[in-house]
Amino acid sequence: MKPFLAVLTRDMKLATRIGGDSLTVLLFYIMTGAIMPFAIGPDKDQLAQLGPAIIWISALLSLLLALDRLFRLDHEDGSLLAMRQASLPLEMIVVAKICAHWVTTALPLIVATPILAILLNLEIDQTLRVIFTLLVGTPALICFGAIGAAVTVSIKRGGLIAPILILPLSIPTLIFGVSAVSGGAIANAQDAALLFLAGFTLLSLVFTPFAAALALKMAAE
Amino acid sequence: MRKNGKNPENIALNVTNLACERGGFEIFADVSFTAMPGEVILLRGPNGVGKSTCLATLYGALPKSAGEISFENIDSEREPREYLHIVGYVPGVKTTLTVKENLMFWAQLYGGTENVLPAIEAAGLDAIQDSEASILSAGQTRRLGLARLLVANRPIWILDEPTSALDKQGDQWVGQLIADHCAEGGIVIAATHLEIPHLAPEAVKTVMIGHRAMDHAS
Repeated sequence: MKPFLAVLTRDMKLATRIGGDSLTVLLFYIMTGAIMPFAIGPDKDQLAQLGPAIIWISALLSLLLALDRLFRLDHEDGSLLAMRQASLPLEMIVVAKICAHWVTTALPLIVATPILAILLNLEIDQTLRVIFTLLVGTPALICFGAIGAAVTVSIKRGGLIAPILILPLSIPTLIFGVSAVSGGAIANAQDAALLFLAGFTLLSLVFTPFAAALALKMAAE
Repeated sequence: MRKNGKNPENIALNVTNLACERGGFEIFADVSFTAMPGEVILLRGPNGVGKSTCLATLYGALPKSAGEISFENIDSEREPREYLHIVGYVPGVKTTLTVKENLMFWAQLYGGTENVLPAIEAAGLDAIQDSEASILSAGQTRRLGLARLLVANRPIWILDEPTSALDKQGDQWVGQLIADHCAEGGIVIAATHLEIPHLAPEAVKTVMIGHRAMDHAS
């Protein structure tokens, strides 16, 4: 447990210090959401209708920004190589890094969501619903992102390739995340969508550590 | 009688006819040596001959194409990697963490000592232990990377050019570090041109790596 916590706290420290990404991601999220009303126009009802989708897309794009840093810096400065010598398996190191990444990038976004909700004229109950779906769905986004980051870790300046790989994988999460808030044509579709969203998150949490660890091992070859 | 505080299980390493191929090219072949407790194995050869590749094959990051690597007397419940320390040509230092935080992390990850101060002092960084590692010079960063060897006890050290970026005193320091480790029964496998002081010549084995890859390249 102690080695796991060591990786977790180290990554959290790195993300929140100068050169870390926490604040950048948060500001990007708020700004992306805030410019939408300028493009869509001041129609309050329309904004409220599109609000959950705008919030989800803003979250998805902001999370993509920081994913490249998840393994790349540790790979380049030799830390990852040395970390592989720990008795803690690489898969668990990946889990620790994903947890730290979620806490330092996704969690601040979720906390800041009420600000966007006000800008987009969302009702209180809808805001809470969006926050809840983000809590359930963002771990899946981070997990898919971790696989993309691990696969591209050895490509020099591969920062833009990872998002291209990750975006298609994120589509189901996005669909179910948004429909868990606004439902759609079918009655009671929200709850079903929420369950699917939770299912995606659980599935990705199970597979990602192995897939990402395998990709990292191949990158070191 | 030699002390063996660093290697109580008397771990030894036996390498026979090791070879590695990358993309159809043979990088090196026929590397054989036995590393007994207290011995230093020096890999020598011109640049590009496969010294780093050979080390990477030893610690398992690269697949071997032929030959055998066997660790003797290791606990079958544990992986060989848990007996190894690796310091590569990039030191693995985080510049936004302090000197102490860097070492504390490795100590916790490797299940090593609670007190990293002796390692900081050994590296000569005690005056700046609470400063961010970004202020360190290249040589000091190197020392901090090597100080990782001291925060958790592992019998086998694999070092890739441990003295690059170090001054003459730094060379001496690394030499002393290796000599001390071996005096207590540890094994060091290094790709380096360093002459190691205070070590009996019979404890040093030099392994020349051949020219095969160079011949192909030209």
